[in-house]
Amino acid sequence: MKPAPFDYLRPASVAEALAALAQGGEDARIVAGGQSLMPMLNMRLVQPRLLIDLSGLEELRALDVRDGWLTVGAAVTQSELMARPALAREVPLLAAALPWVGHFQTRNRGTVCGSVAHADPSAEIPLCLAALAGEVLLRSARKRRTVPAADFFLGPLTTAKWADEIVEAVRFPLARPGAGYAFREVAMRHGDFAITACAAIADARGVRLAVGGVADRPAVRDWQHLDGTDLDDALNAFAWDLGGDDDQHATAAYRRTLVRRIGRTTIEEALACRS
Amino acid sequence: MTAIETVRHATTQASADAPLVGRPIPRLEDAAVLTGAARYADDLPVKPGTLHAAILRSPHAHAEVLGIDAADALGVPGVAAVVTGEDAKRFASPFLVGVKAPMEHWCLAVDRVRYVGEPVAVVLADNRYLAEDALDRISVRYRPLAPVMSVEQAADPASELLHPAAGSNIVNTRSFLYGDPDAAFASAAHRVALTVRYPRNSCTPMECFVVLADYDPAEGAYEVLSNFSGPFAVHPVMARALNVSGAKLRLKSPPHSGGSFGNKQAVFPYIVLMGVCARVSGRPVKWVEDRLEHLMAATSATGRRMDLEAAVAADGKVLALRMQQTEDCGAYLRAPEPASLYRNHGNLTGAYDIPHLSVVNRIAVTSKTPSGLNRGFGGGQLYFGLERLMHRIALTLGLDPLDVIRRNLVPAAAMPYATPSGGRLDSGDYPSTLEEAVEKGGLADLKARRDTARAEGRLYGIGYAAVVEPSISNMGYITTVLTAEERRKAGPKNGAQAAATVAVDPTGGVSVGVASVPQGQGHRTVLAQVIADVFGLKLEDIRVVTDFDTAKDAWSIAAGNYSSRFAGAVAGAAHVAATRLRDRLARLAAGQLNVPAGEIQFAKGKVFAAGNPENALSFSRLAAAGHWSPGTLPDGQEAALRETAFWTPEPLKAPTDADHINSSACYGFIFDFCGVEVDRDTGRVRIDHYVTMHDAGRLLNPLLVEGQVLGGFSQAVGVALYEEYAYGEDGRFLSGTFADYLVPTAMEVPVPVVLHRESPSPVTPLGAKGAGEGNNMSTPVCIANAVADALGVDTVELPLTPTKVAALIHGAEPPRPAITNAVAGAPSATAVSGGRGLSGEGSRTVPAAPEQVWAILLDPKELAALLPGCEALELAGPNSYRAEVVVGVGPIRGRYTAEVALSNLDPPKSLTLTGSGSSALGTGRGTGLVTLERTAEGTTVRYRYTAEVGGKVAAVGGRMLDSAARLLIGQFFDKLIARAGGPATAEGRPSLLTRLLRLLGIST
Repeated sequence: MKPAPFDYLRPASVAEALAALAQGGEDARIVAGGQSLMPMLNMRLVQPRLLIDLSGLEELRALDVRDGWLTVGAAVTQSELMARPALAREVPLLAAALPWVGHFQTRNRGTVCGSVAHADPSAEIPLCLAALAGEVLLRSARKRRTVPAADFFLGPLTTAKWADEIVEAVRFPLARPGAGYAFREVAMRHGDFAITACAAIADARGVRLAVGGVADRPAVRDWQHLDGTDLDDALNAFAWDLGGDDDQHATAAYRRTLVRRIGRTTIEEALACRS
Repeated sequence: MTAIETVRHATTQASADAPLVGRPIPRLEDAAVLTGAARYADDLPVKPGTLHAAILRSPHAHAEVLGIDAADALGVPGVAAVVTGEDAKRFASPFLVGVKAPMEHWCLAVDRVRYVGEPVAVVLADNRYLAEDALDRISVRYRPLAPVMSVEQAADPASELLHPAAGSNIVNTRSFLYGDPDAAFASAAHRVALTVRYPRNSCTPMECFVVLADYDPAEGAYEVLSNFSGPFAVHPVMARALNVSGAKLRLKSPPHSGGSFGNKQAVFPYIVLMGVCARVSGRPVKWVEDRLEHLMAATSATGRRMDLEAAVAADGKVLALRMQQTEDCGAYLRAPEPASLYRNHGNLTGAYDIPHLSVVNRIAVTSKTPSGLNRGFGGGQLYFGLERLMHRIALTLGLDPLDVIRRNLVPAAAMPYATPSGGRLDSGDYPSTLEEAVEKGGLADLKARRDTARAEGRLYGIGYAAVVEPSISNMGYITTVLTAEERRKAGPKNGAQAAATVAVDPTGGVSVGVASVPQGQGHRTVLAQVIADVFGLKLEDIRVVTDFDTAKDAWSIAAGNYSSRFAGAVAGAAHVAATRLRDRLARLAAGQLNVPAGEIQFAKGKVFAAGNPENALSFSRLAAAGHWSPGTLPDGQEAALRETAFWTPEPLKAPTDADHINSSACYGFIFDFCGVEVDRDTGRVRIDHYVTMHDAGRLLNPLLVEGQVLGGFSQAVGVALYEEYAYGEDGRFLSGTFADYLVPTAMEVPVPVVLHRESPSPVTPLGAKGAGEGNNMSTPVCIANAVADALGVDTVELPLTPTKVAALIHGAEPPRPAITNAVAGAPSATAVSGGRGLSGEGSRTVPAAPEQVWAILLDPKELAALLPGCEALELAGPNSYRAEVVVGVGPIRGRYTAEVALSNLDPPKSLTLTGSGSSALGTGRGTGLVTLERTAEGTTVRYRYTAEVGGKVAAVGGRMLDSAARLLIGQFFDKLIARAGGPATAEGRPSLLTRLLRLLGIST
């Protein structure tokens, strides 16, 4: 379990990283925390010629609130975000979800943007980004562009990011006054990939449920206020629409069961914690 | 008492004069282990010029090997050699097999591979990185064969034969009859039957396999250092495979081990393989197994199907038992298999007094990793059947399961108890041990908890398990697989010899070496306790040497660390050796102190006359005399410097002609009960309270026993709830990482209440029995019984994952509503549930006539453009092509040489598209049925596919295989639509309106 040979670049600036990426094309990969990429390198599932390490770039360490968004730069680790004292007030859904991201050891190195760029269908951070309708800030040597979360995740490990772009930052909208947020997840063990993860947002207009781990990317659905059997029916329809696949840990039917049951408790929790 | 409490208790209570044996002394080895000073096999220095090995493994579950081309690999700078099955044939022989069936197992595949991960070639290079670079450049041509993935399939005469010469995939069947079960069944009030399956799993040590091999051409001898654990009965198997005598295979093991739990037995084929590599390359070779290799291809507990039937009296007394056991041993019967099926043959009736028994044992070969030693060896399998049966009997007869256990336990007065199959349960009082556990473990409170929980509508259950834990295996039990006639020809096999050597040095220090290798049992601690007591010395006066060398140490084929033989046999043998040496020292001291030898005592570093402690010598003075002044010894007395003892348990005989076998020297008793709660929504099982009562004879060190119990319990929780080596129906292996093979962590394992009784074994020198494997036998079924009780169901299957448990709670799924709105990334149309096979179907509408679509599909240029990542496509025959494709998902890419064919052409209506290919990532095969239907808009293209993905990518990426396959197939059809002039949207994708609404901030 040793990686294939590659060059390693620790650039001095984002510009240098982007120039190297533009030159390297499909054969270059970005690494920041490396918590997904390093095992894939060691198993030779990924064999880049060039690895560009963003983790040392001060320019990418942005972690600030501006114009109603919390912006998280590419070099910010999940632990650093979790340690932000105001996070539970600013983006309560993230504060609820981050403890479910891997283990504290992996969060110490894993980055927020790295998880978004990796686009694992079970991952919590992409789910929160989709649920909150956050945005992905992409940058290449040529230009910058912003892609809404709904258009960013295209499939398993597949995103709208072009080969010469980096995820420079992601941004999450700040909590809306009066809204309630909740996150729940079922995994085999705590810290494992979610079998099903649910994020719910409730406010005066209605409820939104976002589900990870069932379809091949996070999926979001909105309803007017529903309860009782109406909510059951709506969740059942959503579960069937998500489909899901069998794997060695869980059947598609079980994933749908969790959408119905955990989806419901997550919504109820979000409704209950509206301020 | 927790470990910390035990230590605290010990340090405050123990008197300085009390014997060390029996005291909870913290492990002497821990300082080295915890500070990183311990040196494991991989840490040891290698000889100059050592080559590093990397192993190419089969991505197929079953295939013929048509050819291996290693030319490119040999061209990689730093690569010294590529070793293949041809070299194995030249320098080695197939391994000996324990049953009379013509099956050849070589250290490298010869002509055929039979499981995913089977070694096919070895690259030897200057370092492991280069070796792995070269692996990717070896090209192997395979012809896939149908795999055999279950014992039921193996028993089907139509299944593809793994070993054609054997004539069947059931390679051995033996029937046994003890007493008169038919008569008991004829007259019994009830018959209760049950079929259970035990999954394949393993105890996964932290340290994987390590082999350092060297070959001396001058002497024609091999020298190997490895973390092999024994049994050394496998040493002659290795020597035979290397075509040398045992003396020419010098095998050493390092002083520290990163765990084994039996698994390190399975390093032996690699010892032979690396020996061959050293011989081929003419240089020393080092190989370190990585985690993917270990999980995929190292070893596994056997899977087992048990069909049980009990004849039961109205009061729950079991009068007779019929059992058919079918063992899934994987692709080869690797020594000492099929031992896992026979290890418990003497205790098949468990802790119960059941006089009549009939047994049919069948051994199946399947397309899975060969099985081997694993903590609990055969016991988890047996008791999962037996204790589920006791639970089922209670349910059927409307009795309390605990009362059924009570009614059937072997009574104390019957000890030693002769089991119907020849076992001799040596000591214990099972009924009163059970009652003590019920009392001290708080069963009454637990029942109240269950009542409260149930009153609140929660799912809560209580489970029980009573088992006997065999230890110190009879080396003859495995021959029970042979007929009496076959055994007579082969000669008797029996016993369980342990060897130990104790020596005194000129300063009065004592060193001990044993024919065992440490695996975490605390060899240093326990042996120091035992030896220090014998000589009246302090712990620190004793040096326990834990590395082992077949060329220099005393050993027999029974040597090694397995079958829980350390406390009973190995520490016992050390006690025998030390006692003999002490008695010789006493005779020397007798002359100097002028008292009879029988009056000499050893205590506090002194040797003295019992009646006059002032008449004394220091131990070091006495020890030194043998070294410095042998001339002063009494006439005829040899210096007392060193003593080697071989000890074998007296009751271990060869199987009788009637197939009675006392398969182990001692039998401990365990009674467990537990309360579990099942989450109604998620199906998650939470162990609320667990009590485990052990009688393992005399406890040499209660702290170490507690560690063994907690370790076994943790692994058993894994077996019960999490762990399985999972395979697809197509034979692909799915558990290649610790994110796929789920070992419970401290977060998932509750702390059980551990209780002890001590009924010393009359068989072992110190009265100790094995204690380390028991929970692997009792705990999985105890938890399963509790879950069955909580859910009120008949059948539960291990591991009890939330998905399985939830299916038992929830029953049928609410139906799909009439109107659906599939979300992006969901399986389009109906997801075809293919178990663990990949399959699906879908459709696209194309704005072109079927004839136009047909023309695109049959045009090679167009086809090349449709195939994802196709870089080159050349015609190989009518409608068949050879293609170079780079495919993958996200950053994961593999370069495949693929064969693509179109068949069953029915223009312009339907065709079958097949493709297969392989790369360093693994293999892929797919078949798609494509139909074209004329519609008002053009053509509806429907497709239905099945796919098989094997090798590495399946082993580590099982979670995403379906969606990845769907993504790639979707790409094909998206391109088809684009080529046919349609828009790049597909059914199931958001419509234009949806996107528009989304842009306006209105969600649908």
